[in-house]
Amino acid sequence: MGLVHEIDYGTPASKAEKQVTLTVDGFSVTVPEGTSIMRASMEAGIQVPKLCATDMVDAFGSCRLCLVEIEGRAGTPASCTTPVAPGMVVHTQTSRLKDIRKGVMELYISDHPLDCLTCAANGDCELQDMAGAVGLRDVRYGYEGDNHVRAKNDGVQNFNWMPKDESNPYFTYDPSKCIVCSRCVRACEEVQGTFALTIEGRGFDSRVSPGAHELFLDSECVSCGACVQACPTATLTEKSVIQIGQPEHSVVTTCAYCGVGCSFKAEMRGEELVRMVPWKDGKANRGHSCVKGRFAYGYATHKERILNPMIREKITDPWREVSWEEALTHTANEFRRIQYQYGRAAIGGITSSRCTNEETFLVQKLIRQGFGNNNVDTCARVCHSPTGYGLGQTYGTSAGTQDFDSVEYTDVALIIGANPASAHPVFASRLKKRLRAGAKLIVIDPRRTEMVKSAHIEAAHHLALKPGTNVAVVTSLAHVIVTEGLFNEAFIRERCDWAEFQDYAEFVSDPRHSPEEVEKLSGVPAETIRGAARLYATGGNGAIYYGLGVTEHSQGSTTVIAIANLAMLTGNIGRRGVGVNPLRGQNNVQGACDMGSFPHELPGYRHISGDAVRDIYDSLWGVKLDNEPGLRIPNMLDAAVEGTFKGIYIQGEDILQSDPDTKHVSAGLAAMECVVVQDLFLNETANYAHVFLPGSTFLEKDGTFTNAERRINRVRKVMSPKNGYADWEVTQKLAQAMGLNWNYQHPSEIMDEVAKTTPSFANVSYEFLEKMGSVQWPCNEKAPEGTPIMHIDGFVRGKGKFIRTEYVATDEKTGPRFPLLLTTGRILSQYNVGAQTRRTDNVMWHDEDRLEIHPHDAENRGLRDGDWVRLQSRAGETTLRALVTDRVSPGVVYTTFHHPDTQANVITTDFSDWATNCPEYKVTAVQVAPSNGPSEWQKEYNEQAHQSRRIAGRLEAAE
Amino acid sequence: MSLDEHRASTRDKIIRMANQIATFFHSKPREEGIAGTAEHINKFWEPRMRRHLFEIIDAGGDGLDELVLAASSTIRRPADAAA
Ligand code: SF4
Ligand code: SF4
Ligand code: SF4
Ligand code: FES
Repeated sequence: MGLVHEIDYGTPASKAEKQVTLTVDGFSVTVPEGTSIMRASMEAGIQVPKLCATDMVDAFGSCRLCLVEIEGRAGTPASCTTPVAPGMVVHTQTSRLKDIRKGVMELYISDHPLDCLTCAANGDCELQDMAGAVGLRDVRYGYEGDNHVRAKNDGVQNFNWMPKDESNPYFTYDPSKCIVCSRCVRACEEVQGTFALTIEGRGFDSRVSPGAHELFLDSECVSCGACVQACPTATLTEKSVIQIGQPEHSVVTTCAYCGVGCSFKAEMRGEELVRMVPWKDGKANRGHSCVKGRFAYGYATHKERILNPMIREKITDPWREVSWEEALTHTANEFRRIQYQYGRAAIGGITSSRCTNEETFLVQKLIRQGFGNNNVDTCARVCHSPTGYGLGQTYGTSAGTQDFDSVEYTDVALIIGANPASAHPVFASRLKKRLRAGAKLIVIDPRRTEMVKSAHIEAAHHLALKPGTNVAVVTSLAHVIVTEGLFNEAFIRERCDWAEFQDYAEFVSDPRHSPEEVEKLSGVPAETIRGAARLYATGGNGAIYYGLGVTEHSQGSTTVIAIANLAMLTGNIGRRGVGVNPLRGQNNVQGACDMGSFPHELPGYRHISGDAVRDIYDSLWGVKLDNEPGLRIPNMLDAAVEGTFKGIYIQGEDILQSDPDTKHVSAGLAAMECVVVQDLFLNETANYAHVFLPGSTFLEKDGTFTNAERRINRVRKVMSPKNGYADWEVTQKLAQAMGLNWNYQHPSEIMDEVAKTTPSFANVSYEFLEKMGSVQWPCNEKAPEGTPIMHIDGFVRGKGKFIRTEYVATDEKTGPRFPLLLTTGRILSQYNVGAQTRRTDNVMWHDEDRLEIHPHDAENRGLRDGDWVRLQSRAGETTLRALVTDRVSPGVVYTTFHHPDTQANVITTDFSDWATNCPEYKVTAVQVAPSNGPSEWQKEYNEQAHQSRRIAGRLEAAE
Repeated sequence: MSLDEHRASTRDKIIRMANQIATFFHSKPREEGIAGTAEHINKFWEPRMRRHLFEIIDAGGDGLDELVLAASSTIRRPADAAA
């Protein structure tokens, strides 16, 4: 197997079209104009010695090791900073160059510890490599003089020496090994965009410093790891490498956290994971990562992970560990009993947007084929179902239109209800890079997010709207574009239905949609709305990126439609740099939706009532599928309380924590007779379960995830499942126990079945993915290599459809009892309900959920920063600590929902999107008051949770 | 929550959800709005939910948006034994 080696070309690729031919050491090589000599040489297979250059960042030219000679030019220019020219003749190895390089290396080594044998980077150190490459044999200068290496010189304190900084939980900084090449500083600036590092001091005194001489953990650093990767020495090193040693083989796989879908090399020693390193060929991340994917995988081996199946008769009983066979037979018998007793439709299941496509496909297949109904839903319901509806109606396909690379061609980015810096960090880094290169930014968000203003980034317009007024504001943007004649008539005439456009134009032109009117209800100044509309319509390539702040509203679907209208109006669709891009929450939200997780549609978004579609499955699966839509999650819970729904199979989701109105969810679960939870940990939902089936992590299985750009990425098994089976095997065993004749030997066979039955996946196979790396659906005879950008020559549905978007105020209104609006979100280091990230050192950045409140509202209530507060809505109440900040506007409070203790969803109501029942997380009327500590509900809940997590025969209940 | 309370809240929920759909389709021309409302409910509502809806309609439709009532003749009545 071995390590997957990646070539370091030394400097980034040039995007120029014009080609230049030159000669390097006698070889002719042709490269794009603007390429460095160093990169051109590497293209020709010749590696010029280098230390300060690496192809993730721009060249800096400081180490003087990469010098070359060019015929007809005097001196020895640095190959990393010198661009190629036509006909250039370059020599990379001459006696003059050899002497200079040896001298340079001698100086470096004379101020570097010689403990190579015990150094963590031994075998993976570029300084070591270069010493070898230039033939350094002896070092004339010792450490007698000034050095950074030793704590004491002859018993006297050495002020040039600095101790290690081990504050970051995942990597160390050992200044004694630093060669001040500034690769880390440039990586933090150019790749990550955080600007946490600087070189302080000059000459011999210069040092890498996080912030103003801070520890890494106390600085701005977000622990993305870009600097660690860029560092050529052991100065910045993963703690796991220090503990375990260098990896011996690596496997390319996909991050299981967010919808960016970063590709990683899982670097292994046997079955032990040494580190995760972002893969440069990963088309979503291009070699970058965030703290979650790069470092937060410790949950896979966390002691609280449940590895044995368990059952119990009542949820008040302790768990009893049983064999797989007993657990599965018991489940199958219970499900059949319930169906016999209460009817075929009395059971259902939930697929997971954390599991693979193949696993999701199997769960919905089990339900449709084995349960004989369509009661399947997914937690994607609670985040992006309005995207499916809105884009489906207007464009004809339920997915984003672009690939992530597209952002490199964007001139105006419009971000609505999303905070990519927290939720989609690698995409945020790519966007920030583009913004630093001059693109403009508009942010529509109630909160002043990090995107609005941060290091070297400032939004041209921030529309800090009142939560719940998205439709009004986006429609008002369209009003400005139409009434000021900024729409793209040629595009609309060619691509859209002209009559529908005219109807829409008449609708939006009405004065009630004017910025002046909308200002009154949204709180956004009319001039800001006008400015934003003009910029988006006329600023060049305009791209819209939106998130849960759009979808999780009672008018979520309407907002998605309004966004789609906006892009059509301005012709911002169907080419690079533009488009409408939903930022998906969990890693496989897109895939879960694609694979038929919704109760009304089969894989590939085909409605269950279509006879032709059902026929495909009827004949393949040998059953008659039900032609009626099934129950959605909230409807399942309603039906449970009512007594017509009694059993559920939940794979890899925690609906008790992730779904709104916790009390309603727990009442529904408590009313069921057989709740089966398949997960890594005893999650909150498992408190109400009768059967627990241990799940497996993404490291323990083969499969695919589909990211927010419709990209199907391979997930590869790097270790055996600690629980015994991959999740798809567990589902298969359950199906077999229920009498289904399934016999998949490998997930690739499941994908083959998907491809065979789903037109948009027709060409997808593991073999093809192996060859291509990844592909974006649709991938079929019309698009044999996949579809990076959709709707290029026309919309999938034919003509683009303009639809009126009337603003309707949500029923969730503030009043004297609940005068504030609560909106929810997430932060960088934690992921969704936090079940994984809470079980890693990421808690060092976020150990509790806090309530952000404006100083004005805090003062009115006599609250100070850090005080415990009671947060109350008509649905329930909880307590947490306040964070007083003007990031939120007066009248608005904000919190995250990563910790179960907070129970933020006790507060959220059962209001939901009109079209899809996506819950309205983003607007809840609340009151905030001082408090002494946890609410009664929190105490009761904790007691219940504690009781229900007991495992017979174990002293201490595992969490 | 008692079962009666639950029934009342289910009824309220069904009415609210149906009315939310109607609200959206009010912005369409009348005929399209009626057809759209019915189609939406047929496409996304499980028989149990449609049965609840018809219970309300059959009892006079109190609380329902008139567009839902206008659409009711094209909303599919669930077969009795479907649940
Ligand atoms: S880990 Fe990332 S954010 Fe932190 S200093 Fe390194 S590059 Fe910058
Ligand atoms: S820490 Fe590493 S990357 Fe940064 S300057 Fe020192 S040697 Fe270079
Ligand atoms: S969490 Fe998202 S951005 Fe971070 S590494 Fe994973 S896929 Fe990439
Ligand atoms: S690699 Fe070119 S100067 Fe350092």
